Amino acid sequence: MSEHSSQVAHQFDDATQQYEASTLGMWAFLITEIMFFGGLFAGFFVYILGHSAAFAEGSRHLDLTLGTVNTLVLLGSSLTMALAVRSAQQGNRQGQVLFLILTMTLGLVFLGIKGLEYAHKFEQHLVPGPHFRLEGPHAQFAQLFFSFYFAMTGVHALHMIVGVGLLAWLLVNALRGKYSAEYFTPVEVSGLYWHFVDVVWIFLFPTLYLVARHA
Amino acid sequence: MTHPTVPLRLYVGIFAALILLTGLTVGIAFFDLGGGRFHLANALAAITIAVAKALLVVLYFMHVRYSSRLTWIFVGAGVFWFAILIVLTLADYLSRGWFPNPGAWSS
Repeated sequence: MSEHSSQVAHQFDDATQQYEASTLGMWAFLITEIMFFGGLFAGFFVYILGHSAAFAEGSRHLDLTLGTVNTLVLLGSSLTMALAVRSAQQGNRQGQVLFLILTMTLGLVFLGIKGLEYAHKFEQHLVPGPHFRLEGPHAQFAQLFFSFYFAMTGVHALHMIVGVGLLAWLLVNALRGKYSAEYFTPVEVSGLYWHFVDVVWIFLFPTLYLVARHA
Repeated sequence: MTHPTVPLRLYVGIFAALILLTGLTVGIAFFDLGGGRFHLANALAAITIAVAKALLVVLYFMHVRYSSRLTWIFVGAGVFWFAILIVLTLADYLSRGWFPNPGAWSS
């Protein structure tokens, strides 16, 4: 362990302490994010219990194929992110750059597919508001389902956009050779954020897309 | 070093497990497993698989398995508070109407 290299801020004894403090700080932030998304999930559960038939109707209008493909894309991006951190840890700059680019690409593919789904919803008049149109008795609360759908996936997509920005910043620094086996804390910490956004989707996917497929 | 380098094969294995579990949760969703009006068996299966997938990501991709005890406490506290939010909220909404309450407002 190299002590007090230029990468260790003066308030830390050594690189290990700095690394521990940084990851712990990121976890503290991620816990506030659990609470943030948790409120949306709690609201969703309350309303699906009261209006299960209408929410089922709404859920069946989501594109399961695109949703499943997006889940696989996001899981793949988590793997490449983990491999980017691993490359950084091993001081492998080429691997780092390659896996950061792959992660960014998969993140952008996810956002593209999400945009495609949103566009379909606009075409089908399933976006809550004056143009919402759905036949049958469940129109009112199916509209509420779509309000939850757009709020939850929209906030998730916003996190993805921030994540892609973080990856771009990491990529620039990686190309400049800022990270080494002794110092790769920003890669690790950004990785935590990226994986967290993946975990949120792991719960969003069954909650929104799978609740009513058996009926 | 801060945490041991995770073997490549383990990462790929975790990824394969995540893909399999995704296939499983999509497949199961098409069968009515019963459980009354809210299809609780289906919900339980979906939640169990999602929790398993989240655990794999958190423990291995996010290195919590190799992290300090303090990190474990932070993560545990987050999950615990989330559980309070969900359990106490649903304990209210799920139990409404279980017992007659002659003095209650009817809505």
